[in-house]
Amino acid sequence: MNYSDTSIVASTVAPFLSLENVRKTYPGVVALDGFSMEVRPGEVIGLVGENGAGKSTLMKILGGVTTPDTGTITVDGTAHKGLTVEGSLGSGIAFVHQELNLFDNLDVAANIFFGREPLRAGPLKLVDRAKLRTMVAPLLKRVGANFSADTPVATLSLAQQQMVEIAKALSIEARLVILDEPTSSLPLAETDKLLDVIKALKADGISVIFISHRLHEVERVADRVVVLRDGMLAGTLGKHDIGHDQMVKLMIGRMLKEREKASEAARAPGATALSAKAIRTPAYPARPVDLDVRRGEILGLAGLVGSGRTELARVFFGIDSSLGGALELDGKPLALGSAADAVAHGIFLVPEDRKLTGILLDLSIAQNISLPNLPAHARRSLVSTSAETATAEKQKKDLGIKAPSVQTRTGTLSGGNQQKVVLGKWLAMNPKVMILDEPTRGIDIGAKAEIYGLMRALADAGVAVLMISSDMEEVIGVSDRIAVMHEGQISGILDKDRFSQENVLLLAVGKLPK
Amino acid sequence: MSKKDLGLLILILVVGAIVAIINPRFLLPINLANTSNLIGLFGILSIGQAFVIITGGIELSVGSVVALLGTLFIDFIAVREMEWPLAFVLILVLGAIIGLVHGWLITRLKLQPFVVTLCGLLIYRGVARFYTADGTAGFAFGQNFPDLEFLTAGRSYGVPNSFIALIVIAIVMWVVLHRSVFGRYLYAIGKNEEAAKYSGIRTGRVVMAAYVICGVLTALSAIYFAMYTRSISPASHGQFYELYAIAAAVLGGFSLRGGEGSLIGVILGTVLLQELQNLVNLLGIPSSLNFAVMGGVILIGVLVDQQWGVFRARRLMVDATRKSAAGAAAE
Repeated sequence: MNYSDTSIVASTVAPFLSLENVRKTYPGVVALDGFSMEVRPGEVIGLVGENGAGKSTLMKILGGVTTPDTGTITVDGTAHKGLTVEGSLGSGIAFVHQELNLFDNLDVAANIFFGREPLRAGPLKLVDRAKLRTMVAPLLKRVGANFSADTPVATLSLAQQQMVEIAKALSIEARLVILDEPTSSLPLAETDKLLDVIKALKADGISVIFISHRLHEVERVADRVVVLRDGMLAGTLGKHDIGHDQMVKLMIGRMLKEREKASEAARAPGATALSAKAIRTPAYPARPVDLDVRRGEILGLAGLVGSGRTELARVFFGIDSSLGGALELDGKPLALGSAADAVAHGIFLVPEDRKLTGILLDLSIAQNISLPNLPAHARRSLVSTSAETATAEKQKKDLGIKAPSVQTRTGTLSGGNQQKVVLGKWLAMNPKVMILDEPTRGIDIGAKAEIYGLMRALADAGVAVLMISSDMEEVIGVSDRIAVMHEGQISGILDKDRFSQENVLLLAVGKLPK
Repeated sequence: MSKKDLGLLILILVVGAIVAIINPRFLLPINLANTSNLIGLFGILSIGQAFVIITGGIELSVGSVVALLGTLFIDFIAVREMEWPLAFVLILVLGAIIGLVHGWLITRLKLQPFVVTLCGLLIYRGVARFYTADGTAGFAFGQNFPDLEFLTAGRSYGVPNSFIALIVIAIVMWVVLHRSVFGRYLYAIGKNEEAAKYSGIRTGRVVMAAYVICGVLTALSAIYFAMYTRSISPASHGQFYELYAIAAAVLGGFSLRGGEGSLIGVILGTVLLQELQNLVNLLGIPSSLNFAVMGGVILIGVLVDQQWGVFRARRLMVDATRKSAAGAAAE
């Protein structure tokens, strides 16, 4: 089967935007490689790919935030080596980001023309509110808004806020609107409204790039689908070839690398350590989650960004309280009022955001490692620096933390070494349940392998390990079982004999595995 | 002692030397004793403030608390004829309760420290004025409390006992802030409260304890101030004292964002502030300019410190680039 789009040849309309052979590297990573694509006027392009496939790099290039190393970008017939932010805006490329950039204390009209308000004559340069309203009204009509220009943005629903963003894009006479995951936080009914807006844009001759993990929505609106994988163009699907399975196949690529470590003897599952019974997180209050993490296993928790994995980890660690349901540890009810309670029970979390929550950058390695267990490093409530140093020295040696000394400020360490400090502070305390949220994000390959080794050693020592990861190969390569989350719920649990990227991805988008 | 503290100490000595040269009365025992008495009173207040500021909070109500608790203390012993040790303890307990309520509102109900303590500033001042019916609280003629007066306003070997009290408190609090588990928690929370929470620290309790400490030390200084002035008109007593305390901490190298500052710093900050007050008096500068001088010196101090930081950061960067350039050339 050939997925290439035959209509490219047939089309005589000049493309509004075309990328040729674009390559972009960051230290140690090739983010985009030999990537080419075209967007014609009035065309809706679906852009899909796994987390880390290169979508955000592509967006940064189109937005002029970053310039490619090589390749050409042709906008409206003019070739560029790279775009600038002003150049991108000036040629009519507008973005609607996943995280909306609206001032929710202002009204709709003020948001749409922020910084470009029509002014009244006179020395005071007051905003001409009447004119502003007449300028905003037709824009809102075009996006099918059912709210008026003076509605405070804070009172609008998410879909309505996105309409405001799109109206903003139209106000600068956008010719290409790029929607980044616009539906990821929308309920179904709202999604329909948004898809209607996309169709209205298309009818006006405006091009749209629609980035989404929700493949059935892409199916519904896209004229063409561009699939990215590992920074490369994995394929293009023409209107008639667009289908869920084809997209998944291209996203995963080549032969399905199944169970690289399947040869390992299946481990006898240990007793359940941490058990969630109908836990409801603040992010998805209506979706109860049941999950068992067993001693001696690495349970991979896969799912798309925003599927509620981190929120679940926060409940397990006592940061957020569950809105319902119950937790059990070793079969006994577990009540967590704070992270301190979780730590007291031997439940530890290596959080997703290392610099914000994992470590204190201004403290030394030793101070970070002793922090959760400081009373044990003190005599009569006075901190014993020698005890603290001894603990830290041991972790530094065991984990191979590369630093001049344990008194080094952690802020000066590399990402991998910082992550080892986070691990070290918990390893110094005998974990029962170890939760790791994206433990290898932003870490070089060498340190990654060491962290995998550590997780395995923990599991072998009888610790229940829960690893949240968006890296498909990591999830499949490291886990003993994989639980997949989709929109706040566990959509399925895979045992080792059913590990495949396809199955994980199917569950992640809410479909049944094969 | 950090470089910052050392710089401040040198500044204090230089200013002192200049004042002494212009007006030798600066070094008279009576002047030094008076100044060190004031340093003692304001120092105790400022240490309390420092504990709150280190968590990234602020306590604006201390001036009003000094007025209210001072009024109550005099009322208890002079009018209600309570035994002074009992009144003493009672006032400290009241200070602790005020701190506890502030801490509770801030950590449990998530109100901003500025707002909570600003309301406290207004409330306690109002209550104090109401309590005395806007009159003056003071001792009747001939009322004496020899032990209490010796401890608060007396002198040992010429040194004011309030100053000695400050030294003792400073030593204890230095250990608490710089050596204890609790002190480490305070710094960790001030640097990054989220990360501290993710390390299993009960951050709410620690912050609340900081406000309680501030409340108790403020109550203690309220007693000292009351025994120093011996009569209190609640409408003006202790006014702006919160700003003296905050200024001392800022001069001493504390960051209002939290997580930075040392106990020696806040003491030196207090010393410098009182030295400036003294300077205004001794050099014949109109006393109406008092606040302007203080504000100017604090602004210059903070500015120099900040610019010094920028300069050092830039030098580090230049060094690093030069090194890496040299490394690249060597390859």
